[in-house]
Amino acid sequence: MYEMISALILPLMIAIIFIAGIIKKVPVYEEFVEGAKDGFKVSVTIIPYLVALIVAISMFRASGALDWLAGSLGFILDKFSIPADILPIMVTRSLSGSATLGLFSELASAHGANSFAAFMGAIMVGSSETTFYVLSVYFGSVGIKKFKYAILTGLVADAMGIVLAIWAARVFFPASSVL
Amino acid sequence: MNYIFCFLILISIIAGVANGRASEVMTAMFDGCETAVKIALSLIGIMAFWLGTMRIAEKSGFVQILSKLLYPILKPLFKDLKKDSPALGDITMSISANALGLANAATPIGLKVMKELQEDNPSKDTATDSMCMFLGMNTAGFQIIPATVIAILAGLGASNPERIILPTLIVTALAFLTAIITALIFRKLWNKKEAE
Repeated sequence: MYEMISALILPLMIAIIFIAGIIKKVPVYEEFVEGAKDGFKVSVTIIPYLVALIVAISMFRASGALDWLAGSLGFILDKFSIPADILPIMVTRSLSGSATLGLFSELASAHGANSFAAFMGAIMVGSSETTFYVLSVYFGSVGIKKFKYAILTGLVADAMGIVLAIWAARVFFPASSVL
Repeated sequence: MNYIFCFLILISIIAGVANGRASEVMTAMFDGCETAVKIALSLIGIMAFWLGTMRIAEKSGFVQILSKLLYPILKPLFKDLKKDSPALGDITMSISANALGLANAATPIGLKVMKELQEDNPSKDTATDSMCMFLGMNTAGFQIIPATVIAILAGLGASNPERIILPTLIVTALAFLTAIITALIFRKLWNKKEAE
């Protein structure tokens, strides 16, 4: 059932956007190309970040250090069927968007794009926002120095996001359904 | 980020040498560089298509439609706003733009919101309750389609990456709700403490 809904969301959304564009007399083709240029820029500008993080985490895995980490946390990880490679993503998720994308790309290419680990990582990354970056830019822009409970609120929501992502991955992708 | 990056690189080299896997670590370094560029190249096409489509959405007024829907929901959460403050309209616009994944449009609106909230702020270096609520919502990262993640999965050969849309939407919506509830609870606790 949810596979059917998931398969429909994207094409429906694209269709609605194009229809709305025609109704509102938007120069659809020109605007598409303008936006596509941004897409190109984004993909190119994240290359340095991807290189930094993918190299770092590949080395971390190859050195056996990731196994140490997984070994020391093995009990908790096993209990909730969390792949060890998800751990670095949990840390960077609130800190840096491009770093998180780098870690996630490495995870998905090491485990395979159809793996359970890739799906759990995708949900965790897809639902994340870089809390510390947002707070520092927004508060910084108007010179606020006392954040009151803003950081706490962001962190509670982030922690909740991590827990929910683990839960959602296990509910939506029971081990048997993943190739 | 500086510490995390250094930690990963240095621990890898130390652990690699200690485990006798120094050459594997170096192979991983070269492979990692190649993977990074491969992923970025496969991202270009999908990101270009998606941001092109979203640009049409932006120009067709989707942000305005979504913010009209959100306005009555968000209104009661920003009680300390003045009646004629333009901030509430901009708050809903900013949240809507973020929900559609239009980060380029969302940030300038968000900064405008902060400026408007700051004007009514009695103590200029301290955050107001509305600011905490707005940024709480912002950091929860509510997004309808996680386009970049889908693009990466597709680029790496996932058979149907759109399967993550629904679970991600549920997680992000619940995290958004958590942020609102947390901000409301902290607001009560904090103001009580200050009154004492």
